[in-house]
Amino acid sequence: MDSRLRSFPDVLLSVENISLSFGGVNALTDISFDIAKGEVRAIIGPNGAGKSSMLNCINGFYHPQHGAITYKGVRRNQMKPHEAAEQGIARTFQNIALFRGMSTLDNIMTGRNLRMKTGLLWQALHIGPARREEIEHRKAVERIIEFLEIQHIRKAPVGTLPYGLQKRVELGRALAAEPELLLLDEPMAGMNIEEKQDMCRFILDVNDEFGTTICLIEHDMSVVMDISDRVVVLDYGRKIGDGTPDEIKKNEAVITAYLGVGH
Amino acid sequence: MLYREAGQFKTDYAADQQIFPILQDRIFVFGVIAAAFAIVPAIASEYLYTEILIPFLILSLAAIGLNILVGYCGQVSLGTGGFMAVGAYAAYNLWLRVPEANNLVVVFLFGGLMAAAVGILFGLPSLRIKGFYLAVATLASQFFLDWLFARVKWLTNYTPSGSVAVGDLHVFGWRIDGPADRYLLILGMVVVATIVAKNLVRGHIGRSWMAIRDMDIAAEIIGFRPLRTKLLAFAVSSFFIGVAGAMWGFLRLGSWEPLAFDINRSFQILFMVIIGGLGSLVGSFMGAAFIVLTPVLLNQLPGWLGVNMSTAMISHLEFMVFGAMIVFFLIVEPHGLARLWAVAKEKLRLWPFPH
Repeated sequence: MDSRLRSFPDVLLSVENISLSFGGVNALTDISFDIAKGEVRAIIGPNGAGKSSMLNCINGFYHPQHGAITYKGVRRNQMKPHEAAEQGIARTFQNIALFRGMSTLDNIMTGRNLRMKTGLLWQALHIGPARREEIEHRKAVERIIEFLEIQHIRKAPVGTLPYGLQKRVELGRALAAEPELLLLDEPMAGMNIEEKQDMCRFILDVNDEFGTTICLIEHDMSVVMDISDRVVVLDYGRKIGDGTPDEIKKNEAVITAYLGVGH
Repeated sequence: MLYREAGQFKTDYAADQQIFPILQDRIFVFGVIAAAFAIVPAIASEYLYTEILIPFLILSLAAIGLNILVGYCGQVSLGTGGFMAVGAYAAYNLWLRVPEANNLVVVFLFGGLMAAAVGILFGLPSLRIKGFYLAVATLASQFFLDWLFARVKWLTNYTPSGSVAVGDLHVFGWRIDGPADRYLLILGMVVVATIVAKNLVRGHIGRSWMAIRDMDIAAEIIGFRPLRTKLLAFAVSSFFIGVAGAMWGFLRLGSWEPLAFDINRSFQILFMVIIGGLGSLVGSFMGAAFIVLTPVLLNQLPGWLGVNMSTAMISHLEFMVFGAMIVFFLIVEPHGLARLWAVAKEKLRLWPFPH
């Protein structure tokens, strides 16, 4: 499959001159790029390039020292992770961050927490609004379970599931929030070829069917070149390339960073 | 064969989300509750009431409260005794100073609410500290509350040594007199409290607690507010513990002093939660039963075996055997009695055909 040539007129999120350092270590230096509404945007780069730090800045977990992030037209320097969640940014993690003591169903239900509003007293009685709300959200969660083909592990504690399925449950938890922007941190790390194909299919389906904008970090170049619309390349915290997969493949700086240069 | 869910198909989510989705479980639990209300009062002796059933039920309620905090929300607390004391003395002061409120349900709820307020206050450090450090901070609350009820005389109505007594108790015109009345009142309140606790932990509030327990950073990133969630757990937990404390004072002891709610009480409830099973309501009951019944059994055992022993010897042996059992238990089944129960149920589902 060649890269999908589509056009995206509206910018959903733009990053301007972001710099982030921890003590004397510069994790990100003067990075700017944008994510268009509806696209699949990939961030690639060698280990330690600052990819995860970039995602952490976008969803408010890290606060960059310089620069600003404009999301849905609102410019901001800082926000808290739960505020990012309230504004429609969901994410998965490089190391699976599921709630291990809870079932698959409960894990995905937590993704809908921002939409569940009934108060303590209704919850204590579990009647009326509390009961209706629980069933209504259960229906939405069941649609996600069906979409991700994980019906058979619905009631299983996630701690007991194999790695590939845990990744899928984590994607389900992020999808349950019905995000506008979905951040995926290495969704295919450590997977075998079939699991990777399944995951690619889910990512493309989410993008096509729900129109969710996706920003993903991935090391598997064939995957990145196949499924993403545009790619940004980081190396040592600096941006060294930005463009469609075909442009990136021909970019000298990127080739140097990945393959090294002869001395 | 006893325990078969074959043929019980769920056709809607409401049926799937029941507390007991399996028919046999429902029959069993309703049977136990009916027997507790109807059959026990017909056969129980005063000893059974005051030394076994009443302590078991009240301490179960306290264990449920602590389990919400430690087992569901993952915040370790050693201040249970102090929160029980707040419940007991707040209830006492309302009962003493507002004669119109001589209704135990109102008095106990007030005790619970005051304990919840104090719980929120001592839960504030939980935003910044976790684990052992939080345990030490709640331990400080225990000592502070012990000091408070020993030194602030108004709270104990200026009685020497803070010893207070209650009598002439009513609930909606029903005079609570004698162990059977006290047992029925406690049983009713514990059943209601257990249903409330179950409803809370199976809904979105319970999921927010468990999310914070399992991975607080991920919980925050998907939108839970850590401080609000933790403080709610402290409040609900302390509410149950406060009600249990008020019951312990009013219905178990009748007259008490601050020593009844000292640090030993905190450890006793924590043992119940750990032995019964963290994050399990049925485990709270099992842990309470274990802690209440084991000393009674150990006490009776030499007599049954026909061994002649001095009472001092028996009480020393009791401590040793009890301590050894707790250690043995934690090694063999760290997830508590509730896990054993779940495994047994799983085995019974398949028995006698293992495949």
